[in-house]
Amino acid sequence: MARFRRPLGENTAGYLFLLPWFIGLTVFLAGPTLVSLGLSFTDYNLLDVPNWVGVRNYERLFTQDRRYHNALMVTLTYVMFAAPLNLAFALALAMALNARIKGLGAYRAVYYIPSLLGGSVAVSILWRQIFGLGGIVSQILGFFGFEGSSWVSSPSQALWTLIILHVWQFGSPMVIFLAGLKQVPAELYEAASIDGAGPWRQFRVITVPMLTPVIFFNLVLQIINSFQAFTPAFIVSGGTGGPLDSTLFYTLYLYLQGFGNFRMGYAAAMGWILLVIIGAVTALAFFSSRYWVHYEDAGR
Amino acid sequence: MVWGRRSGWRSWLLHGGLIAGAFAMIYPLLWMVGSSFKPDSQIFTELSPLPRGLDFANYARGWTLGTGMRFSVFYVNSFIVCAGAIAGNLFSCSLAAYAFARIRFRGRRVLFAVMLGTLMLPFHVTIVPQYIIFHTLEWTNTFLPLIVPKFFAVDAFFIFLMVQFIRSIPLELEEAAMIDGCGRFGMFIRIILPLIKPALVTTTIFTFIWTWNDFFSQLLYLNTQDNYTISLGLRQFLDSSGASAWGPMFAMTSLSLLPVILVFLFFQKRLVEGIATTGLKG
Repeated sequence: MARFRRPLGENTAGYLFLLPWFIGLTVFLAGPTLVSLGLSFTDYNLLDVPNWVGVRNYERLFTQDRRYHNALMVTLTYVMFAAPLNLAFALALAMALNARIKGLGAYRAVYYIPSLLGGSVAVSILWRQIFGLGGIVSQILGFFGFEGSSWVSSPSQALWTLIILHVWQFGSPMVIFLAGLKQVPAELYEAASIDGAGPWRQFRVITVPMLTPVIFFNLVLQIINSFQAFTPAFIVSGGTGGPLDSTLFYTLYLYLQGFGNFRMGYAAAMGWILLVIIGAVTALAFFSSRYWVHYEDAGR
Repeated sequence: MVWGRRSGWRSWLLHGGLIAGAFAMIYPLLWMVGSSFKPDSQIFTELSPLPRGLDFANYARGWTLGTGMRFSVFYVNSFIVCAGAIAGNLFSCSLAAYAFARIRFRGRRVLFAVMLGTLMLPFHVTIVPQYIIFHTLEWTNTFLPLIVPKFFAVDAFFIFLMVQFIRSIPLELEEAAMIDGCGRFGMFIRIILPLIKPALVTTTIFTFIWTWNDFFSQLLYLNTQDNYTISLGLRQFLDSSGASAWGPMFAMTSLSLLPVILVFLFFQKRLVEGIATTGLKG
């Protein structure tokens, strides 16, 4: 590597090191994002030349495609319940484990394992059986005298099996909360104790405000991730989004249109709308954070 | 003081609750593993995850059942894709991270912001043009679409992780090397790479787990059984063999989780640190 022996100009060195990343950015990320925008104004089936149709894809998506509206509602419902419930469990368990408890490592490991495995096809298959006819859930309900039924094939319950699957994976935000809780100075609690504040008040006045940056971070992460959920809906519904489209996630519908029907222009338009939605929700979260997120070291 | 500030009975109550919760959390997994040792007739009639004996018949049946292809092929394919993705991420992300963390080139702030921005880019926006690229190159139904992008640092999470790590290394080491006539590339290879080993291990573990669990891109690009990975192999249990193969299905799903669980057991500390410092999703 004689070429590098003498110190190169910092610019040259920097660009050389960044070359693979920059190619990746252009070819696989930024480029496709822009091409996708272009394609969203066309009809394209991968074989023929893209056919310019103007805003017709968007028009159809916004005004005519009822399956799309349904997919949007299903996904929003999923995000609205799955993300906050997941964080609530994560925070509650992190609080419980933070109490200088014996066996922290073991508890943390067990609670974390679902996060590790939850995204796999194997766990989605398992979920389909647990909530299917004769699965654990209907057996337990039957034990208490309820009619055993298959949640997976019930249009009103199928989405809940997926929400439960997401909430079950609260281990990784829990680990982030645990790290955040360790940063809260113990003096604050001591001072509050002396002032006579009980555990609930300490939680409200010290823990929550000090933890808001971590809550915010986890919230944004959860929203971005759960908007893009695909595997559980695909596997649990057998690739259809059923029953009656009740688990037709946005990404699943995009997949079915783009790669099932090869309506790639249409799928590209859906991809771009998803980008805008995720961007808007994230921006909203950032905007709202000024009012509820407390940065202790803002001036540092 | 191991019991903390809590009085005896409260501590017991807390532990009781935590143990009950932990049991509820892993009960589905225990049930799955237990069912993989049971005959089909018992799987949906017994709540107890404990099988009556260790009968590996389901494993033998599942290994070949319903797919016309043995699971050994799927395992080999999954490991190839994982190895390729790991090599790609280690190579490309470490290079980019070094540039962002240390080198003062023009435009680094803007490019760094762009890099962070790609963290939020949904996969589904880029997927159509990416598919067209790989289709045009005639790379579909090969592992290349799953591996090649990793050599171009498309997983910005790992760049971010390594940047954080490199910034914590004292500058003096590189200054000394510079005086000795060492170039940027030499510093990177001889000083930085050995020192960021923990971050490289974390990257390896997470790339392995994500690639192993990945379904969407494998579904998209791999079409024939001889190229199927574990995710695609397992999916076949839903299509073909139908209601009569619960035992073999649970045997294969249980087995497919084993590599991830082993990685977790060996590298638990790294994993937990990785999540806590960067918020990587598990």
